[in-house]
Amino acid sequence: MLEGLKINKGAEEAVRDLLRSLLESGRVSGVLALGRTGGGNGGVAYSLFTDPDAFGADGVALPLLPFMPANAGGLLSRLTLKGPLAEPVAVVVKPCELRAFIELVKRNQGSPDNLLLISSTCGGVYPLEVGANDALEERLPGYWEAVKQGELDSDIRPTCRACVHFVPDNADITVALLGEADLDTQCALYLNTEKGSAFIEGLEDLQGTPLLGELEAEPIQRSRDQRAAYREELFAGVEAGLEGLIRTFGRCIGCHACKTVCPICYCSLCYFDSQDCEYRPEVYETELERKGGLRLPPNTIFFQLGRLAHVSVSCVGCGMCTDVCPADIPLSTIFSKVGDSVQALFDYQPGRDVTEEVPLMTFEEEELVQVAT
Amino acid sequence: MSDKQEFEPRIIYILCSWCGSGGGETAAAHHLHYPENVRPYRVNCTGALPTVHIIRPLIEGADGVAISGCHPGDCHYNDGNFRARRRVALVKSILDTLDLEPERVWFRYVAHGEGRRFVDTATEFNDHIKKLGPNPLKTRSDT
Repeated sequence: MLEGLKINKGAEEAVRDLLRSLLESGRVSGVLALGRTGGGNGGVAYSLFTDPDAFGADGVALPLLPFMPANAGGLLSRLTLKGPLAEPVAVVVKPCELRAFIELVKRNQGSPDNLLLISSTCGGVYPLEVGANDALEERLPGYWEAVKQGELDSDIRPTCRACVHFVPDNADITVALLGEADLDTQCALYLNTEKGSAFIEGLEDLQGTPLLGELEAEPIQRSRDQRAAYREELFAGVEAGLEGLIRTFGRCIGCHACKTVCPICYCSLCYFDSQDCEYRPEVYETELERKGGLRLPPNTIFFQLGRLAHVSVSCVGCGMCTDVCPADIPLSTIFSKVGDSVQALFDYQPGRDVTEEVPLMTFEEEELVQVAT
Repeated sequence: MSDKQEFEPRIIYILCSWCGSGGGETAAAHHLHYPENVRPYRVNCTGALPTVHIIRPLIEGADGVAISGCHPGDCHYNDGNFRARRRVALVKSILDTLDLEPERVWFRYVAHGEGRRFVDTATEFNDHIKKLGPNPLKTRSDT
């Protein structure tokens, strides 16, 4: 089994070549990757590509673009919800997207069969507004310069700067990006699974030398330390306590966009959009009588506490929620902070292992004795 | 008298239909009394209790939520109480991380025959909540 491949091409070109030759050789029938839509100045979206030309030098695909218009974990779940794909498809996703997909697979919301999972050591993604304002292109040179040094651009999502799980856990192929000084001329592909190396081995157009060396090198460690420190800093800024939460969520406009983009929120009907959360007039009257007033739309804190109860155990910290919030509520920070304590409680790390059960779907007979009063 | 002493908490006592409620029945058979402000809320099994139903009363008017199901190993459905224990631990952890008084949620096993334990739990929890004072969350109109 091949453990890795060193290719004498820049990472961008090498990954494009890899995907193109996977398509040309028929080893995969399609590739899910980011790509430009609507020509020149159009948007960027995840798309399924079947045309190898999409990965040519001027192709529309942008597999390594530091951008996340949707968490691809949710998209993969949508593709495979009703059953696994019939033919092999390669997907190029960020580590948090992969983790989200694993969490969804555990919940029977998708299937990893026939998917060749390609991910990379992630230097973070830019917020959606950067892409919407067409400012992404001009940021890229600075972004890749920083990534080469093992540093992060300060304009990426705060949650990315605070992410300590930026090395993918379950990828068949990992593209080394962060801290690779010769990113423009060399590309290291780590083949983590037999599936990964089977797809690569003997592939024409992709000539390289066997890779020696470890993915977990000094720049990765350094970045992890820096990001862990920033994580603490972000968490310290969370306004806890009732007053703090009312201040923070007081800005909520009740659009539920955070729930819509969350990959872990997979229910087709959300409890908070259901009739259970619509009140009869007499309930409103009682509320008014008891509280002397009522905020509308109601249930900002209840919605977020409920969502925390549902997703915090599997929150992968992708930052989609913060990114789409029109009221600038630092949701991802709050969810990651609560997620850390909940995940520590169950000694659980979302997306680490597909065979590990979601804590709320299992139990130990002898545990948590302190919970019973 | 201070306000705190006059304060009569509103308490939701979630009981599974086998053991928790059974404890209530045994208490009734023995004419044991528990505070009238403790309102029983019967669910089929504590394992079938959604986490939002633990959180919702605290926002909509309760000062405390107690939950009683079968002792470990006694669940009518084998493992509902173990699942409930994880969910309660989860809710408490969330409330704790956000400084929202996790001590307003109690989880205690009460068997069908434990009428005395049922009454004691209701009374102890009532006293505990009285000491804590009113739940600030329930009176806020801006949540």
